[in-house]
Amino acid sequence: MTSTAKSSWSRTRHTGAAAVALTAATALLAGCSSGGTSDNPLEEEKAEAGTVVVGSNNFAESTLLADIYGEALKAKGLKVTYKHNIGSRETTYGLMKNGSITVLPEYNGSLLAYLDPEAEQESPDAVNTAVKAKLDKKLTLLDPSPAEDKDSVSVNAETAKKYELTASSTLADLKDAAPELVIGGSPEFQTRRQGLEGLKSVYGLEFKSFKALDAGGPLTQAALAQNEVQAADIFTTDPTIVKEKFVVLGDPENLFGFANVTPLVHKDALSPEGVDALNEVSAKLDTETLLDLDAQVQLDKKDPLDVAKAWLESAGLV
Amino acid sequence: MNIFDFAHAFFGDSANWQGYDGIPQRFLEHLQYSLLALAVAAAIGLPVGLLTGHTGRGGNALAFIANAARALPSFGLLVLVVLLIGFGLLPVMIPLVVLAVPPILVTTYEAVRTVDPSPVDAARGMGMRESRILFQVEVPVALPLILSGLRSAAIQIVSTATIAAYVSLGGIGRYIIDGLYQRDYEKVVGGATLVAFLALVTLVLFWAAGRFVVSPGVRRREGRAKDSRARTAE
Amino acid sequence: MSGFFDIPSDLQHSWAGLIGLHLREALIPVAAGLLLALPVAQLCGRFRWLYPPVLGLTTVLYAIPSLAFFVVLIDYTGQTELTVMIPLALYSLVVLIPAIVDGVRSVPDETLAAATAMGFGPVRRYTQVQLPIAAPAVIAGLRVATASSISLVSVGALIGNQGALGNLLAAAQKYDRPELAVNAVITMAVLAILCDALLVLLRVLLTPWMPRGAQPGTRSAAGPGKFREAEAEAL
Repeated sequence: MTSTAKSSWSRTRHTGAAAVALTAATALLAGCSSGGTSDNPLEEEKAEAGTVVVGSNNFAESTLLADIYGEALKAKGLKVTYKHNIGSRETTYGLMKNGSITVLPEYNGSLLAYLDPEAEQESPDAVNTAVKAKLDKKLTLLDPSPAEDKDSVSVNAETAKKYELTASSTLADLKDAAPELVIGGSPEFQTRRQGLEGLKSVYGLEFKSFKALDAGGPLTQAALAQNEVQAADIFTTDPTIVKEKFVVLGDPENLFGFANVTPLVHKDALSPEGVDALNEVSAKLDTETLLDLDAQVQLDKKDPLDVAKAWLESAGLV
Repeated sequence: MNIFDFAHAFFGDSANWQGYDGIPQRFLEHLQYSLLALAVAAAIGLPVGLLTGHTGRGGNALAFIANAARALPSFGLLVLVVLLIGFGLLPVMIPLVVLAVPPILVTTYEAVRTVDPSPVDAARGMGMRESRILFQVEVPVALPLILSGLRSAAIQIVSTATIAAYVSLGGIGRYIIDGLYQRDYEKVVGGATLVAFLALVTLVLFWAAGRFVVSPGVRRREGRAKDSRARTAE
Repeated sequence: MSGFFDIPSDLQHSWAGLIGLHLREALIPVAAGLLLALPVAQLCGRFRWLYPPVLGLTTVLYAIPSLAFFVVLIDYTGQTELTVMIPLALYSLVVLIPAIVDGVRSVPDETLAAATAMGFGPVRRYTQVQLPIAAPAVIAGLRVATASSISLVSVGALIGNQGALGNLLAAAQKYDRPELAVNAVITMAVLAILCDALLVLLRVLLTPWMPRGAQPGTRSAAGPGKFREAEAEAL
């Protein structure tokens, strides 16, 4: 009897200690959070005053361009942080508006098509003017660069052969073939004017079905190369066009408009030096350069930041 | 706009009910992935679980395998397999099966192993062969727990099959991924509602299956056993 | 520049940094889930009618795919870690609440009577008798919740670099570098196994009265098994 009581006593003591240990472990675990750095999850997602937040969309070229902008700004003594791989324009535009990011590499005509799907696109400068009129009042576009990277509908070699499509063929030539083809692109391509909507309304193209892939990335490239899809939204600076012998179809109605690489900035966030720095970058960035830099990232697997820094140096911008 | 408005708008739009991106098509695709994954996982988990549970051997190895499989991240496996072998159904089946095997395996093992030994001994004493003991004595008694393992696996599969959309396959996940990139909340909420609905249907089906296939005697005993378990120590 | 540990600069973290981030994003929700589950489970123990609806609710929450949860939360909590952590905490409830309820229920009446006889009040009896005896069941629940939390964090990569090691998966896909995906999968698996081992160790330390030989396998099996029985009760 006594021994039972005793053992039950010691057990209670043990269990008491155990409870304390459990609580302590929990507290320790929870404590990890306060040990964390800047990101108090409850704080407003606003950029710190004086810091430029350079964002990027979820494809390799966007990351590369963001790195170029960011490093060019740093060279002028500005404080820069990055917010990479955010998602599609549908998301990043909202974050620009609320100031969570303050600089974003954009493509002027594509942005215009997002803001005003019906807008005519006659020249890069006209496009810039039109975009500025439609932009949120807190935002503006800087000078467009000569570098252009458009969306395009490209077909793989097999499809080109089957339907006798060549480098001089256009989207209009796809009309009869389209109902037999599966087209691939980013999920947002499905609902964009510069996507299935425009292909239907401008060229009367109705495809057999749409396969959601990524934003002109490896998934899209692989799907087209392996004939998972017969046509796809491929960026015109994509190094795999040459490698895989994709045929880029002409766009006589200019559905995909102009897509000159242009910085979209939050007006308050950038000092005049910052604006000058980005305009200098844009002046030196042409399509050939962009193709070369993209190839370094996508084919040679170099880190985009290294590629960005090396180019800025060779162009005398840092 | 609240969540119910989004769901209402999504299900109210007739365009969402037809074509290759319509609800019936996406729902069927989801069902197809889920059933296939469950079938494969059951084909692996049930026999191994029954055998180890019956012999009572290999419990440690089994727990080790189950824990290791549980440690493998589904989304990671999916991306990895797609990068390595490309498109198709297989890259989606691998993570789903890896996800579903542990609950089936462990519960089946546990269910058979914890069957009251006295009827088993009685059966053995009557000269029943081991296979008959397993299928005519142990399995009927263990069935409720085995079903619960299958059910848990099925629910996890239904919920996780949404990731197939990330690698360009169909299923209900299509609405969630597309909604994310198109900034279209109707699609996201609609998709989530469909998945939750399918999970609920799964629960109900398993409940009904339990009523149908579990012998009434076992069902009654289960209830009693539970009562007594609640009162006594482990 | 395509080695196993060459993390792309746009992830803005070293490999070790990603591991730290991953542990934080995965474990805080489980801890928060535990803190939330304790009072809820206590209420469910006290008022039995409450248990089935609570279980039903957590099961429905559990069935909502993580990505959908993240996307809807973005509007409220932004593209932050918190957006990833809230759903994970809620998911953990589906395992933790039944684990605690069953664990606490499994305490023999005699033990409770003895504690009362020794002059323990309800609070002391709960913290010093019921909870410690329930520890094995609770830890079994924690093991399942932790493993799934570590796996699910990676989906956060889809909402803009919020997936810690999962960001490696997105990068692997974006730059077509499979070795990064291999790195991510192996690292996450090792983290899950290490955390699991720590929880087993914690159980051994917390329950010195239990035989050392009690094999972890059956423990972990008992945890979810119980959870399922409880779930069956809910129906």
